[in-house]
Amino acid sequence: MRYHRPESFEDAVAIAAGSGGTTRFLAGGTDVLVQLRAGLVTPDDLIDLKHIPGVAEIVRTADGGWRIGIAVTGAQMGRHADLVRDWPGVVEGMQLVGSTQVQGRATPVGNLCNGSPAADSVPGLVAAGARVDILGPGGPRSLAVEEVPTGPGRTTLRPGEIITAITLPPRGAQAGDAYLRFTPRTEMDIAVVGVAVNLRLDGERIAAARIALGAVAPTVLLADAAAAAIIGTPLDDAALTALATAATAAANPISDKRGTADFRKEITGVLVRRAARIAYDRVQARTGIQQGEDK
Amino acid sequence: MAKDEIQRTYRLIGTRPDRPDGLDKVTGRARYGADVSAPGMLHGAVLRSPHAHARILRIDASKALALPGVKAVVTRADFPTGLTGEDWNLQENTIAGEVALYDGHAVAAVAATSRLIAQDALRLIAVDYEILPHVTDVDAAMRPDAPAIRPGAADHSVPEGLHPNVVKYIDFGHGDLEAGFAAADLVREQSYTTEATHQGYIEPHACLGQLGADGKGEMWVCTQGHWYIRRMAAAVLGIEAAQLRVTPSEIGGGFGGKTTIFIEPLALALSRKAGGRPVKMVMSRAEVFRATGPTASAAMKVRIGMKKDGTLTAGQAEFRMQGGAFPGAPVSSALYCAFASYAIPAVAHVGYDVLTNRPKCAAYRAPGSPMAAFAVESLIDEMCRELGLDPLEVRLKNAVREGTKSSYGPTYGPIGLVQSLQAAQAHPNLSVPLGPNQGRGVAAGFWFNHGGETSVSLAIGEDGTVTVSVGTPDIGGSRASIALMTAETLGIAYENVRVNVVETGALGVNEPTHGSRATFASGKAAVIAARHAIAEMCRRAAAAWGIDPEAVDWQDGAAVPAGPNAGKFPPMPIAEIAARMGSTGGPISGHHEVTAGGVGASFGVHVVDVEVDPETGRTTVLRYLVVQDAGRAIHPAYVEGQYQGGAAQGIGWALNEEYIHDAEGRLLNPVFLDYRVPVASDLPMIDTVIVEVPNPGHPYGVRGVGETGITPPLPALANAIAAATGARLRSLPMSPPKVLAAIRAQRGG
Ligand SMILES: Cc1cc2nc3c(=O)[nH]c(=O)nc-3n(C[C@H](O)[C@H](O)[C@H](O)COP(=O)(O)OP(=O)(O)OC[C@H]3O[C@@H](n4cnc5c(N)ncnc54)[C@H](O)[C@@H]3O)c2cc1C
Repeated sequence: MRYHRPESFEDAVAIAAGSGGTTRFLAGGTDVLVQLRAGLVTPDDLIDLKHIPGVAEIVRTADGGWRIGIAVTGAQMGRHADLVRDWPGVVEGMQLVGSTQVQGRATPVGNLCNGSPAADSVPGLVAAGARVDILGPGGPRSLAVEEVPTGPGRTTLRPGEIITAITLPPRGAQAGDAYLRFTPRTEMDIAVVGVAVNLRLDGERIAAARIALGAVAPTVLLADAAAAAIIGTPLDDAALTALATAATAAANPISDKRGTADFRKEITGVLVRRAARIAYDRVQARTGIQQGEDK
Repeated sequence: MAKDEIQRTYRLIGTRPDRPDGLDKVTGRARYGADVSAPGMLHGAVLRSPHAHARILRIDASKALALPGVKAVVTRADFPTGLTGEDWNLQENTIAGEVALYDGHAVAAVAATSRLIAQDALRLIAVDYEILPHVTDVDAAMRPDAPAIRPGAADHSVPEGLHPNVVKYIDFGHGDLEAGFAAADLVREQSYTTEATHQGYIEPHACLGQLGADGKGEMWVCTQGHWYIRRMAAAVLGIEAAQLRVTPSEIGGGFGGKTTIFIEPLALALSRKAGGRPVKMVMSRAEVFRATGPTASAAMKVRIGMKKDGTLTAGQAEFRMQGGAFPGAPVSSALYCAFASYAIPAVAHVGYDVLTNRPKCAAYRAPGSPMAAFAVESLIDEMCRELGLDPLEVRLKNAVREGTKSSYGPTYGPIGLVQSLQAAQAHPNLSVPLGPNQGRGVAAGFWFNHGGETSVSLAIGEDGTVTVSVGTPDIGGSRASIALMTAETLGIAYENVRVNVVETGALGVNEPTHGSRATFASGKAAVIAARHAIAEMCRRAAAAWGIDPEAVDWQDGAAVPAGPNAGKFPPMPIAEIAARMGSTGGPISGHHEVTAGGVGASFGVHVVDVEVDPETGRTTVLRYLVVQDAGRAIHPAYVEGQYQGGAAQGIGWALNEEYIHDAEGRLLNPVFLDYRVPVASDLPMIDTVIVEVPNPGHPYGVRGVGETGITPPLPALANAIAAATGARLRSLPMSPPKVLAAIRAQRGG
């Protein structure tokens, strides 16, 4: 196993593209190092990306969105007040990863590229409409987050390709998001179901919505039908029931040691209602504050 | 100097000084099992069966042996034949013979110059298996179509006509059962199941073993009892016990699971084969889960008769337990505990010990009692609800007290169940109002406690400080408690006593730290050893003063004339006597060895408040109270720690812990991520009340406190969940899917 510490993405791509064998990138290492110790993978080239300048930064983009570097940790996101104000649902996904100790290392990019259907930060990113910037031997490209994973442990990244940043769109007015997961324990557990809801209101009514479901399919699902069930409504009881029905129908889980398919479907309906309610209330609270600031 | 009466006021007992091992543990200086190394050391690794039940047709290790760095491979062929009884069971569990009996059963072991080489070598050992049908469930293992795991393993107790997997049958009771049930206003019968659970100690098994061709060996090991390791390893290897010197490391939890052998004989066998080079072995967490002792799983049927006023009239219990592929499920102790808290005129018990294709069960904190409590305390609660009676009042009404003949035979001495129930009733937690979806559950629990073989030495140092040598590894603060009792007896400062856990060569045989016995038995022996030293110090003072030794008393750490007639001499402190002991007759020490009697049983009462999410079935523990009789709390903080630890483990067992097997009988969740013990944030601060009904069998009134605490949580949680939801769960764990299904069924029905 060769350990590399490139100082630019171009060098990193060159090392990865030139490796004849198995490569792994090292962000927080909370997946890679665990897999290495368990003997699940023994990479020929382990490429540490944390020493590339700028990768540990969260910066506001020209359009008012956010650019999150590939070495930014969950703990850093949680401490970033402006990011938390804009995208509480995205941040709370990362804040559920592992424990305080794990969050000091773990990154959302690692969470995404590890390819787990239960990855906690991915539903929030998908619901937010986040994208990733990619650099590879064939040059740069960009993908929506939901286009990255293709199944447990697999992604659409081509050999030698590296994600160079995650970008979040501008938050805009009258909007809010939320992420909820179900685990038997309070922490150090893997999501049996995860649900993210991202809403934009027009007055009382929902003008736009994106809903993402985790751990109920081989990849995180963008549940368009669930979103459609609440668009145009003030999230009343009828809308919540329709939402739960649509989300449950979209869920396509397996039964495994962490939960049966039936239980997962059932919990999807429960969590999607609760997450929608939280997101809706956040919009109103945020709007209230903004109106207060305007006066 | 013997005290006839238990003293009530103390200088040190009941105080909370820092534990002597505390600084070492928080700074990382303490040496645990895996911290020991030796020059020339090799690393061992174990090849384990991937099948739940399979005949071993052939093992070919030639490729592994050819790998550079590999120094030895052992299989069962390297162990002696002809063992019988439990020695054979231990050997068979250490390394499979003709048949691998469970997923994770050791089949071969390798020693190499590095851990990685040893791991690589495992992959080069070729084993041909013939897969056999398997069974992992206790009731399935008793059905006629179940594969017979070890025909002929049953003992003479088993009636004819039962499946050969039933290896032991128990049947006892007293009183007129029919009359008892006839006298009841309400008779109810229910069935219950509990899952096997692992002790879940944080420190995996680890040892360093060295054995020469001359049969002389040494071992450093993480264990609850090094004499047990010595005896068992010697038997399995066919060597002499006295030639094996075993030194215990610090221990990161055991809970009963470290009172037996697993990798220890393998390390020694590898060392012997590798020319006597020391071999270190450290289990991974997955190995701990797959191959070391969980407790048994149980299927239980209980029938109880109760009068309208709550008086219990009769109790009947049938328990079926599997303890893996070997006899030894704790079915007898479970049955002894079943009705031990209550004075019931008629009780009857029947038990079955059943083999399955699971790892050999080991002791786990009050073996058998938590399962029994789950069944009996759940049913009593259910009947109280049906009759509209207060569950604590009903327990008080029927509670055993001094002089009651227990359900399992003996008559109780002074015990503290009544006092514990009353203390629970008086606790502020009982008056906290509950909100929607919240419920309160109570349950009582019992454990016998144990005395056992004990040998302790104490030596006075040249400066008057004192060393105590004990043979019971310190798991929960016993060094602090033994130092407190020794210092109290000698009348010196706590800091002037150092308690060491010493190796097998330094003392007579000691049983492990099990049965809640270390503070009781080693403590009792240390007090008696201190009294011997005091007697000798009084003799030295008497000689110096030229008076009769009988005319000397011991007070506040000094020899004093016993009264005005003895003469006028200033007190002679321990330091003065010690400074001159070389010229007054030689070293001064004390020693005591005994199979400790005078054990006092401990009863406990738990009260838990939960909130159940009606849409997900998830249970949150809001409040938890442990009330338990300690006899005398020598160091109250470590007594409280035992209470809280027992409750925490019981909560895990009740709510989420379970072994999940695939269709082939392989364990699917051998990691803490999926074997869900509670994490800190899952638990509230656990409230404790220490009741003190002194045990007359101990100089300071101590009864063991380590085990009772895990007994009431299983039923207490079930009773609380029933109160919160109306749904009664009779099968553990009460995980969210099962609670949700029970709520659904309740609403539907
Ligand atoms: C104790 C513990 C608890 C955990 N709990 C949770 C949990 O609750 N929820 C959860 O979702 N996860 C959990 N995890 C998993 C893990 O912490 C997360 O998936 C984490 O976000 C991974 O991030 P990382 O930076 O550590 O990734 P790394 O381990 O560094 O990398 C993960 C993968 O991403 C690839 N990669 C990294 N950076 C890039 C890049 N820039 N471009 C392309 N590929 C890249 C690597 O090659 C690797 O395959 C837990 C892990 C542990 C050890």
